[in-house]
Amino acid sequence: MKSFTYERATSPAEAASAAARVSGAKFIAGGTNLLDLMKLEIEAPSHLIDVNALALDKIEATPDGGLRIGALVRNTDLAADARVRRDYGLLARALLAGASGQLRNMATTAGNLLQRTRCPYFYDTNQPCNKRRPGSGCTALDGFSRQHAVVGTSNACIAAHPSDMAVAMMALDATVQTLRPDSTVRSIPIADFYRLPGDTPHLETALEPGELITAVTLPKPLGGTHIYHKVRDRASYAFALVSVGAIVQRDGSGRVALGGVAPKPWRVTAAEAEMPRGAKAVAARLFADAKPTRENAFKLRLAERTLAAVLAQARG
Amino acid sequence: MPPAMSKVSFTVNREARVLELDIRTTLLDALREHLRLTGTKKGCDHGQCGACTVIVGGRRINSCLTLAVMHEGGSITTIEGLGTPDRLHPMQAAFVKHDGYQCGYCTPGQICSAVAVLGEIEAGTPSHVSDDLTARPELTSAELRERMSGNICRCGAYSNIVDAITEVAGRQP
Repeated sequence: MKSFTYERATSPAEAASAAARVSGAKFIAGGTNLLDLMKLEIEAPSHLIDVNALALDKIEATPDGGLRIGALVRNTDLAADARVRRDYGLLARALLAGASGQLRNMATTAGNLLQRTRCPYFYDTNQPCNKRRPGSGCTALDGFSRQHAVVGTSNACIAAHPSDMAVAMMALDATVQTLRPDSTVRSIPIADFYRLPGDTPHLETALEPGELITAVTLPKPLGGTHIYHKVRDRASYAFALVSVGAIVQRDGSGRVALGGVAPKPWRVTAAEAEMPRGAKAVAARLFADAKPTRENAFKLRLAERTLAAVLAQARG
Repeated sequence: MPPAMSKVSFTVNREARVLELDIRTTLLDALREHLRLTGTKKGCDHGQCGACTVIVGGRRINSCLTLAVMHEGGSITTIEGLGTPDRLHPMQAAFVKHDGYQCGYCTPGQICSAVAVLGEIEAGTPSHVSDDLTARPELTSAELRERMSGNICRCGAYSNIVDAITEVAGRQP
Protein backbone atom coordinates (compact mmCIF):
# COMPACT_ATOMS: atom_id res chain seq x y z
CA MET A 1 0.00 0.00 0.00
CA LYS A 2 1.30 3.47 -0.88
CA SER A 3 1.86 5.85 2.02
CA PHE A 4 -0.79 8.46 2.74
CA THR A 5 -1.78 10.97 5.39
CA TYR A 6 -4.97 10.73 7.41
CA GLU A 7 -7.45 12.99 9.15
CA ARG A 8 -10.77 12.57 10.92
CA ALA A 9 -13.32 15.09 9.70
CA THR A 10 -15.80 16.40 12.25
CA SER A 11 -18.37 17.99 9.90
CA PRO A 12 -19.51 17.42 6.30
CA ALA A 13 -18.34 20.94 5.35
CA GLU A 14 -14.91 20.30 6.81
CA ALA A 15 -14.68 16.97 4.96
CA ALA A 16 -15.64 18.45 1.60
CA SER A 17 -13.30 21.42 1.90
CA ALA A 18 -10.43 19.15 2.98
CA ALA A 19 -11.05 16.97 -0.08
CA ALA A 20 -10.83 20.00 -2.37
CA ARG A 21 -7.73 21.35 -0.59
CA VAL A 22 -5.54 18.23 -0.76
CA SER A 23 -4.82 16.86 -4.22
CA GLY A 24 -5.35 13.09 -4.39
CA ALA A 25 -7.54 12.99 -1.26
CA LYS A 26 -10.33 10.46 -0.81
CA PHE A 27 -13.10 9.98 1.73
CA ILE A 28 -13.11 6.72 3.68
CA ALA A 29 -16.20 5.36 5.45
CA GLY A 30 -16.64 1.56 5.63
CA GLY A 31 -13.43 1.11 3.66
CA THR A 32 -14.33 -2.40 2.49
CA ASN A 33 -13.80 -1.60 -1.18
CA LEU A 34 -11.30 1.26 -0.96
CA LEU A 35 -8.80 -0.50 1.32
CA ASP A 36 -8.99 -3.64 -0.80
CA LEU A 37 -8.09 -1.54 -3.87
CA MET A 38 -5.38 0.36 -1.95
CA LYS A 39 -3.66 -2.89 -0.99
CA LEU A 40 -3.44 -3.70 -4.69
CA GLU A 41 -2.38 -0.10 -5.46
CA ILE A 42 -5.29 0.26 -7.85
CA GLU A 43 -6.30 3.17 -5.65
CA ALA A 44 -3.45 5.23 -4.20
CA PRO A 45 -4.88 8.27 -2.40
CA SER A 46 -2.35 10.75 -0.99
CA HIS A 47 -4.68 11.59 1.89
CA LEU A 48 -7.64 9.85 3.54
CA ILE A 49 -10.46 11.82 5.11
CA ASP A 50 -12.24 9.57 7.62
CA VAL A 51 -15.91 10.59 7.53
CA ASN A 52 -17.18 8.05 10.06
CA ALA A 53 -17.72 10.70 12.77
CA LEU A 54 -19.99 12.91 10.64
CA ALA A 55 -23.28 11.81 12.26
CA LEU A 56 -24.79 10.97 8.87
CA ASP A 57 -26.06 7.66 10.20
CA LYS A 58 -29.79 8.33 10.70
CA ILE A 59 -32.79 7.09 8.72
CA GLU A 60 -35.51 9.73 8.94
CA ALA A 61 -39.01 10.20 7.52
CA THR A 62 -39.28 13.05 5.00
CA PRO A 63 -42.20 15.54 4.89
CA ASP A 64 -43.46 14.00 1.61
CA GLY A 65 -43.77 10.53 3.12
CA GLY A 66 -40.43 9.16 1.96
CA LEU A 67 -37.17 8.34 3.74
CA ARG A 68 -33.89 10.15 4.10
CA ILE A 69 -31.07 7.65 4.52
CA GLY A 70 -27.85 9.11 5.93
CA ALA A 71 -24.74 8.42 3.83
CA LEU A 72 -23.15 6.51 6.71
CA VAL A 73 -26.07 4.17 7.46
CA ARG A 74 -24.51 0.71 7.34
CA ASN A 75 -25.96 -1.81 4.90
CA THR A 76 -26.98 -4.05 7.84
CA ASP A 77 -28.92 -1.25 9.52
CA LEU A 78 -30.64 -0.14 6.33
CA ALA A 79 -31.81 -3.69 5.58
CA ALA A 80 -32.99 -4.14 9.19
CA ASP A 81 -34.92 -0.86 9.45
CA ALA A 82 -38.61 -1.61 10.05
CA ARG A 83 -39.78 1.03 7.53
CA VAL A 84 -37.47 -0.30 4.84
CA ARG A 85 -38.59 -3.88 5.46
CA ARG A 86 -42.26 -2.89 5.34
CA ASP A 87 -42.36 -0.24 2.59
CA TYR A 88 -39.20 -0.72 0.51
CA GLY A 89 -38.81 -4.50 0.55
CA LEU A 90 -36.92 -4.38 -2.73
CA LEU A 91 -34.17 -2.36 -1.05
CA ALA A 92 -33.95 -4.67 1.97
CA ARG A 93 -33.85 -7.74 -0.30
CA ALA A 94 -31.15 -6.26 -2.55
CA LEU A 95 -28.97 -5.34 0.43
CA LEU A 96 -29.31 -8.79 1.98
CA ALA A 97 -28.38 -10.43 -1.32
CA GLY A 98 -25.04 -8.60 -1.32
CA ALA A 99 -21.69 -9.39 0.31
CA SER A 100 -21.47 -11.09 3.74
CA GLY A 101 -22.71 -10.21 7.23
CA GLN A 102 -19.26 -8.89 8.16
CA LEU A 103 -19.04 -6.64 5.09
CA ARG A 104 -22.61 -5.35 5.44
CA ASN A 105 -21.77 -4.34 9.03
CA MET A 106 -19.09 -1.99 7.69
CA ALA A 107 -20.32 -0.99 4.22
CA THR A 108 -22.23 2.29 4.04
CA THR A 109 -25.05 3.54 1.84
CA ALA A 110 -22.88 6.08 0.02
CA GLY A 111 -19.93 3.71 -0.25
CA ASN A 112 -22.12 1.00 -1.75
CA LEU A 113 -23.23 3.40 -4.50
CA LEU A 114 -19.57 4.18 -5.27
CA GLN A 115 -18.10 0.69 -5.24
CA ARG A 116 -15.88 -0.16 -8.18
CA THR A 117 -16.29 -2.94 -10.70
CA ARG A 118 -14.98 -6.44 -10.00
CA CYS A 119 -13.75 -6.89 -13.60
CA PRO A 120 -10.71 -9.17 -13.16
CA TYR A 121 -8.67 -7.05 -15.58
CA PHE A 122 -9.39 -3.92 -13.53
CA TYR A 123 -7.98 -5.86 -10.56
CA ASP A 124 -4.93 -7.25 -12.42
CA THR A 125 -2.43 -4.38 -12.47
CA ASN A 126 -0.28 -6.26 -15.01
CA GLN A 127 -3.00 -5.86 -17.64
CA PRO A 128 -4.10 -2.80 -19.58
CA CYS A 129 -7.39 -1.31 -18.35
CA ASN A 130 -8.96 1.94 -19.51
CA LYS A 131 -10.77 2.34 -16.21
CA ARG A 132 -7.62 1.94 -14.11
CA ARG A 133 -5.16 3.58 -16.54
CA PRO A 134 -7.06 5.70 -19.09
CA GLY A 135 -5.97 5.07 -22.67
CA SER A 136 -4.10 1.81 -21.92
CA GLY A 137 -6.72 -0.45 -23.57
CA CYS A 138 -9.28 -3.04 -22.49
CA THR A 139 -8.17 -6.62 -21.92
CA ALA A 140 -11.70 -7.87 -21.29
CA LEU A 141 -12.83 -7.20 -24.87
CA ASP A 142 -10.82 -10.21 -26.09
CA GLY A 143 -10.44 -11.87 -22.71
CA PHE A 144 -12.54 -13.88 -20.30
CA SER A 145 -15.77 -11.92 -20.29
CA ARG A 146 -18.37 -14.27 -18.85
CA GLN A 147 -19.13 -11.91 -15.95
CA HIS A 148 -19.10 -8.69 -17.95
CA ALA A 149 -21.76 -6.27 -19.12
CA VAL A 150 -23.85 -6.94 -22.22
CA VAL A 151 -25.49 -3.54 -22.70
CA GLY A 152 -24.43 0.10 -22.21
CA THR A 153 -20.82 -0.90 -22.89
CA SER A 154 -18.28 0.75 -25.22
CA ASN A 155 -15.16 -0.24 -27.13
CA ALA A 156 -13.20 1.14 -24.17
CA CYS A 157 -14.86 -0.85 -21.35
CA ILE A 158 -17.32 -3.70 -20.79
CA ALA A 159 -17.09 -3.84 -16.97
CA ALA A 160 -20.31 -4.50 -15.06
CA HIS A 161 -21.47 -2.49 -12.06
CA PRO A 162 -21.28 -4.74 -8.98
CA SER A 163 -23.86 -3.25 -6.59
CA ASP A 164 -27.13 -4.94 -5.63
CA MET A 165 -28.29 -2.00 -3.51
CA ALA A 166 -27.93 0.44 -6.41
CA VAL A 167 -30.28 -1.69 -8.53
CA ALA A 168 -32.99 -1.21 -5.92
CA MET A 169 -32.19 2.50 -5.59
CA MET A 170 -32.57 2.84 -9.36
CA ALA A 171 -35.99 1.15 -9.39
CA LEU A 172 -37.09 3.24 -6.40
CA ASP A 173 -36.13 6.56 -8.06
CA ALA A 174 -33.76 7.47 -5.23
CA THR A 175 -32.05 10.86 -5.13
CA VAL A 176 -28.41 11.32 -4.10
CA GLN A 177 -27.93 14.35 -1.83
CA THR A 178 -24.48 15.95 -1.84
CA LEU A 179 -22.43 18.77 -0.39
CA ARG A 180 -19.79 20.47 -2.53
CA PRO A 181 -16.54 22.02 -1.26
CA ASP A 182 -17.98 25.51 -1.89
CA SER A 183 -20.82 24.62 0.57
CA THR A 184 -23.51 24.36 -2.11
CA VAL A 185 -25.73 21.29 -2.06
CA ARG A 186 -27.06 19.21 -4.95
CA SER A 187 -29.85 16.67 -5.38
CA ILE A 188 -28.89 14.21 -8.12
CA PRO A 189 -31.62 11.84 -9.34
CA ILE A 190 -30.07 8.36 -9.43
CA ALA A 191 -30.99 8.10 -13.12
CA ASP A 192 -28.41 10.89 -13.70
CA PHE A 193 -25.87 9.69 -11.14
CA TYR A 194 -24.04 6.96 -13.08
CA ARG A 195 -22.22 7.60 -16.35
CA LEU A 196 -21.86 5.06 -19.12
CA PRO A 197 -18.23 4.32 -20.03
CA GLY A 198 -18.03 5.78 -23.54
CA ASP A 199 -14.42 6.88 -24.09
CA THR A 200 -13.93 7.74 -20.41
CA PRO A 201 -14.65 4.62 -18.33
CA HIS A 202 -12.57 6.01 -15.45
CA LEU A 203 -15.32 8.62 -14.88
CA GLU A 204 -18.12 6.64 -13.24
CA THR A 205 -20.48 9.12 -11.60
CA ALA A 206 -21.73 12.70 -11.79
CA LEU A 207 -19.83 13.61 -8.60
CA GLU A 208 -17.36 16.50 -8.83
CA PRO A 209 -13.95 16.49 -7.10
CA GLY A 210 -14.44 16.85 -3.34
CA GLU A 211 -18.23 16.44 -3.55
CA LEU A 212 -19.51 14.48 -0.53
CA ILE A 213 -22.63 12.32 -0.51
CA THR A 214 -24.58 13.22 2.63
CA ALA A 215 -27.77 11.18 2.14
CA VAL A 216 -29.91 9.19 -0.24
CA THR A 217 -33.61 10.04 -0.27
CA LEU A 218 -36.49 7.82 -1.31
CA PRO A 219 -39.89 9.04 -2.50
CA LYS A 220 -43.00 7.83 -0.70
CA PRO A 221 -43.65 4.07 -0.89
CA LEU A 222 -45.09 2.67 -4.12
CA GLY A 223 -46.91 -0.32 -2.67
CA GLY A 224 -46.98 -3.39 -4.91
CA THR A 225 -45.00 -6.61 -4.67
CA HIS A 226 -41.26 -6.13 -4.14
CA ILE A 227 -38.90 -8.79 -5.51
CA TYR A 228 -35.12 -8.97 -5.89
CA HIS A 229 -33.99 -12.09 -7.72
CA LYS A 230 -30.22 -12.53 -7.91
CA VAL A 231 -28.70 -15.30 -10.01
CA ARG A 232 -25.08 -16.15 -9.20
CA ASP A 233 -22.54 -18.96 -9.38
CA ARG A 234 -23.09 -19.97 -5.75
CA ALA A 235 -26.07 -19.56 -3.43
CA SER A 236 -24.53 -16.87 -1.25
CA TYR A 237 -21.70 -14.34 -1.08
CA ALA A 238 -21.07 -13.87 -4.82
CA PHE A 239 -21.64 -11.10 -7.33
CA ALA A 240 -24.61 -11.34 -9.66
CA LEU A 241 -24.46 -12.87 -13.10
CA VAL A 242 -27.88 -11.30 -13.53
CA SER A 243 -30.18 -9.73 -10.97
CA VAL A 244 -33.70 -8.42 -11.40
CA GLY A 245 -35.24 -5.92 -9.00
CA ALA A 246 -38.94 -5.32 -9.53
CA ILE A 247 -41.97 -3.64 -8.02
CA VAL A 248 -45.10 -5.12 -9.56
CA GLN A 249 -48.60 -3.70 -9.08
CA ARG A 250 -51.82 -5.75 -9.19
CA ASP A 251 -52.58 -4.71 -12.78
CA GLY A 252 -49.18 -6.03 -13.90
CA SER A 253 -47.62 -2.59 -14.34
CA GLY A 254 -44.55 -1.68 -12.37
CA ARG A 255 -40.86 -0.94 -12.30
CA VAL A 256 -37.85 -3.06 -13.09
CA ALA A 257 -34.08 -2.59 -12.92
CA LEU A 258 -31.31 -5.11 -13.58
CA GLY A 259 -27.88 -5.75 -12.11
CA GLY A 260 -24.93 -7.65 -13.57
CA VAL A 261 -25.75 -6.74 -17.17
CA ALA A 262 -24.50 -3.15 -17.61
CA PRO A 263 -21.92 -0.62 -16.41
CA LYS A 264 -24.64 0.84 -14.19
CA PRO A 265 -27.92 -0.45 -12.71
CA TRP A 266 -29.95 -0.94 -15.88
CA ARG A 267 -33.42 0.55 -16.11
CA VAL A 268 -35.26 1.42 -19.36
CA THR A 269 -38.60 3.25 -19.17
CA ALA A 270 -39.84 1.78 -22.46
CA ALA A 271 -39.18 -1.71 -21.07
CA GLU A 272 -41.31 -1.07 -17.98
CA ALA A 273 -44.25 -0.16 -20.19
CA GLU A 274 -44.09 -3.75 -21.52
CA MET A 275 -44.35 -5.40 -18.09
CA PRO A 276 -48.02 -6.43 -18.46
CA ARG A 277 -47.05 -8.18 -21.73
CA GLY A 278 -44.46 -10.40 -20.12
CA ALA A 279 -40.74 -11.08 -19.84
CA LYS A 280 -39.97 -11.48 -23.54
CA ALA A 281 -41.37 -8.04 -24.37
CA VAL A 282 -39.58 -6.42 -21.42
CA ALA A 283 -36.25 -8.07 -22.27
CA ALA A 284 -36.53 -7.03 -25.92
CA ARG A 285 -36.65 -3.38 -24.84
CA LEU A 286 -34.02 -3.70 -22.11
CA PHE A 287 -31.52 -5.29 -24.47
CA ALA A 288 -32.41 -3.61 -27.76
CA ASP A 289 -28.86 -2.21 -28.04
CA ALA A 290 -27.03 -5.12 -26.38
CA LYS A 291 -23.56 -6.03 -27.62
CA PRO A 292 -22.71 -9.24 -25.78
CA THR A 293 -19.44 -11.10 -26.22
CA ARG A 294 -19.36 -14.77 -27.15
CA GLU A 295 -18.78 -15.63 -23.49
CA ASN A 296 -21.53 -13.54 -21.92
CA ALA A 297 -24.31 -13.80 -24.53
CA PHE A 298 -25.95 -16.31 -22.15
CA LYS A 299 -26.87 -13.35 -19.93
CA LEU A 300 -29.54 -12.25 -22.44
CA ARG A 301 -31.45 -15.53 -22.06
CA LEU A 302 -30.72 -15.70 -18.35
CA ALA A 303 -32.07 -12.17 -17.86
CA GLU A 304 -35.26 -12.96 -19.78
CA ARG A 305 -35.79 -16.15 -17.78
CA THR A 306 -35.10 -14.36 -14.49
CA LEU A 307 -37.59 -11.67 -15.49
CA ALA A 308 -40.15 -14.38 -16.27
CA ALA A 309 -39.56 -15.95 -12.84
CA VAL A 310 -39.97 -12.58 -11.13
CA LEU A 311 -43.20 -11.74 -12.98
CA ALA A 312 -44.59 -15.21 -12.21
CA GLN A 313 -43.71 -14.80 -8.52
CA ALA A 314 -45.44 -11.41 -8.50
CA ARG A 315 -48.62 -12.97 -9.90
CA GLY A 316 -48.45 -15.39 -6.94
CA MET B 1 9.34 10.34 2.74
CA PRO B 2 8.97 8.30 5.95
CA PRO B 3 5.58 6.67 6.41
CA ALA B 4 3.01 8.75 8.27
CA MET B 5 2.52 7.53 11.83
CA SER B 6 -0.39 7.95 14.21
CA LYS B 7 -1.26 7.09 17.77
CA VAL B 8 -4.40 5.05 18.34
CA SER B 9 -6.09 4.11 21.61
CA PHE B 10 -8.71 1.39 21.86
CA THR B 11 -9.89 -1.39 24.10
CA VAL B 12 -9.00 -4.93 23.12
CA ASN B 13 -10.57 -7.76 25.09
CA ARG B 14 -11.50 -5.34 27.90
CA GLU B 15 -7.94 -4.01 28.18
CA ALA B 16 -6.97 -0.42 27.19
CA ARG B 17 -4.21 -0.40 24.56
CA VAL B 18 -2.27 2.47 23.00
CA LEU B 19 -0.24 1.96 19.84
CA GLU B 20 1.94 4.16 17.63
CA LEU B 21 1.34 2.83 14.13
CA ASP B 22 2.12 3.40 10.49
CA ILE B 23 -1.28 4.72 9.36
CA ARG B 24 -1.48 1.95 6.75
CA THR B 25 -1.72 -0.72 9.47
CA THR B 26 -4.94 -2.68 9.27
CA LEU B 27 -6.76 -3.61 12.45
CA LEU B 28 -5.78 -7.22 11.68
CA ASP B 29 -2.06 -6.41 11.55
CA ALA B 30 -2.32 -4.23 14.66
CA LEU B 31 -3.82 -7.17 16.56
CA ARG B 32 -1.42 -9.79 15.26
CA GLU B 33 1.88 -7.97 14.76
CA HIS B 34 1.70 -5.25 17.42
CA LEU B 35 -0.42 -6.76 20.19
CA ARG B 36 0.69 -10.35 19.48
CA LEU B 37 -2.91 -11.53 19.51
CA THR B 38 -2.32 -14.14 16.84
CA GLY B 39 -5.61 -15.98 17.38
CA THR B 40 -7.14 -13.78 14.67
CA LYS B 41 -5.94 -15.19 11.36
CA LYS B 42 -4.89 -13.63 8.07
CA GLY B 43 -6.36 -15.65 5.23
CA CYS B 44 -6.96 -13.76 2.00
CA ASP B 45 -6.37 -10.25 3.43
CA HIS B 46 -9.08 -8.99 1.01
CA GLY B 47 -12.35 -9.57 2.87
CA GLN B 48 -13.23 -12.74 1.00
CA CYS B 49 -12.54 -15.53 3.51
CA GLY B 50 -13.62 -14.32 6.97
CA ALA B 51 -10.59 -15.77 8.85
CA CYS B 52 -9.89 -12.29 10.27
CA THR B 53 -13.39 -11.78 11.72
CA VAL B 54 -13.42 -9.92 15.04
CA ILE B 55 -16.20 -8.22 16.97
CA VAL B 56 -16.04 -4.41 17.14
CA GLY B 57 -18.63 -2.56 19.19
CA GLY B 58 -20.69 -5.76 19.30
CA ARG B 59 -20.58 -6.31 15.51
CA ARG B 60 -18.56 -8.78 13.50
CA ILE B 61 -16.31 -7.26 10.84
CA ASN B 62 -13.40 -8.25 8.61
CA SER B 63 -10.40 -6.81 10.47
CA CYS B 64 -8.31 -6.93 7.26
CA LEU B 65 -10.47 -4.30 5.53
CA THR B 66 -10.29 -1.57 8.14
CA LEU B 67 -7.45 0.62 9.36
CA ALA B 68 -6.51 0.44 13.04
CA VAL B 69 -6.61 4.26 13.26
CA MET B 70 -10.28 4.18 12.24
CA HIS B 71 -11.05 2.54 15.60
CA GLU B 72 -9.89 5.28 17.98
CA GLY B 73 -11.86 4.80 21.21
CA GLY B 74 -13.37 1.55 19.91
CA SER B 75 -13.95 -1.73 21.69
CA ILE B 76 -12.62 -4.87 20.02
CA THR B 77 -13.16 -8.50 20.97
CA THR B 78 -10.96 -11.20 19.45
CA ILE B 79 -11.07 -14.96 19.92
CA GLU B 80 -8.70 -14.51 22.90
CA GLY B 81 -11.34 -12.31 24.55
CA LEU B 82 -14.18 -14.80 24.14
CA GLY B 83 -12.66 -17.61 26.16
CA THR B 84 -9.44 -19.21 27.36
CA PRO B 85 -8.24 -22.83 27.16
CA ASP B 86 -9.37 -23.26 30.79
CA ARG B 87 -12.65 -21.39 30.44
CA LEU B 88 -13.96 -21.92 26.93
CA HIS B 89 -16.75 -19.77 25.56
CA PRO B 90 -19.81 -22.00 24.97
CA MET B 91 -19.28 -21.57 21.19
CA GLN B 92 -15.66 -22.73 21.50
CA ALA B 93 -16.76 -25.74 23.55
CA ALA B 94 -19.44 -26.60 21.00
CA PHE B 95 -16.96 -26.41 18.10
CA VAL B 96 -14.72 -28.87 19.97
CA LYS B 97 -17.63 -31.18 20.81
CA HIS B 98 -19.03 -31.22 17.26
CA ASP B 99 -15.66 -31.35 15.47
CA GLY B 100 -16.38 -28.01 13.80
CA TYR B 101 -12.96 -27.80 12.17
CA GLN B 102 -10.13 -29.84 10.74
CA CYS B 103 -7.01 -27.67 10.30
CA GLY B 104 -8.41 -24.96 12.56
CA TYR B 105 -7.15 -21.97 10.59
CA CYS B 106 -10.59 -20.48 9.89
CA THR B 107 -11.92 -21.42 13.35
CA PRO B 108 -11.30 -18.19 15.31
CA GLY B 109 -13.10 -16.24 12.57
CA GLN B 110 -15.88 -18.84 12.42
CA ILE B 111 -16.39 -18.65 16.19
CA CYS B 112 -16.37 -14.82 16.36
CA SER B 113 -18.80 -14.77 13.45
CA ALA B 114 -21.04 -17.45 14.99
CA VAL B 115 -21.28 -15.61 18.32
CA ALA B 116 -22.31 -12.43 16.47
CA VAL B 117 -24.76 -14.32 14.21
CA LEU B 118 -26.74 -15.51 17.22
CA GLY B 119 -26.92 -11.90 18.40
CA GLU B 120 -28.16 -10.82 14.96
CA ILE B 121 -30.92 -13.45 14.94
CA GLU B 122 -31.84 -12.50 18.50
CA ALA B 123 -32.08 -8.84 17.40
CA GLY B 124 -34.40 -9.86 14.56
CA THR B 125 -32.09 -8.88 11.68
CA PRO B 126 -33.42 -10.50 8.48
CA SER B 127 -31.26 -12.43 6.00
CA HIS B 128 -31.34 -13.30 2.30
CA VAL B 129 -33.16 -16.57 3.08
CA SER B 130 -35.77 -15.15 5.46
CA ASP B 131 -39.15 -15.80 3.79
CA ASP B 132 -40.94 -12.91 5.47
CA LEU B 133 -38.94 -9.70 5.80
CA THR B 134 -41.13 -8.40 8.60
CA ALA B 135 -41.26 -11.58 10.71
CA ARG B 136 -38.70 -12.63 13.30
CA PRO B 137 -36.01 -14.78 11.64
CA GLU B 138 -36.06 -18.44 12.63
CA LEU B 139 -33.07 -20.39 13.79
CA THR B 140 -32.88 -22.89 10.93
CA SER B 141 -29.93 -24.55 9.26
CA ALA B 142 -30.64 -22.51 6.10
CA GLU B 143 -30.50 -19.25 8.11
CA LEU B 144 -27.22 -20.23 9.79
CA ARG B 145 -25.63 -21.29 6.50
CA GLU B 146 -26.60 -18.03 4.79
CA ARG B 147 -25.44 -15.89 7.71
CA MET B 148 -22.13 -17.77 7.99
CA SER B 149 -21.40 -17.57 4.25
CA GLY B 150 -18.71 -14.91 4.79
CA ASN B 151 -16.56 -17.51 6.58
CA ILE B 152 -14.92 -19.99 4.24
CA CYS B 153 -13.69 -23.39 5.53
CA ARG B 154 -11.29 -25.09 3.12
CA CYS B 155 -11.59 -28.34 5.11
CA GLY B 156 -15.36 -28.29 4.63
CA ALA B 157 -16.46 -28.61 8.25
CA TYR B 158 -19.63 -26.71 7.50
CA SER B 159 -22.23 -29.21 8.70
CA ASN B 160 -20.43 -29.68 12.01
CA ILE B 161 -20.16 -25.90 12.37
CA VAL B 162 -23.94 -25.61 11.88
CA ASP B 163 -24.42 -28.34 14.52
CA ALA B 164 -22.19 -26.47 16.99
CA ILE B 165 -23.99 -23.14 16.49
CA THR B 166 -27.41 -24.82 16.72
CA GLU B 167 -26.49 -26.38 20.05
CA VAL B 168 -25.31 -23.07 21.51
CA ALA B 169 -28.47 -21.33 20.24
CA GLY B 170 -30.59 -24.00 21.95
CA ARG B 171 -28.85 -23.39 25.23
CA GLN B 172 -29.70 -19.74 25.20
CA PRO B 173 -32.89 -18.78 27.04
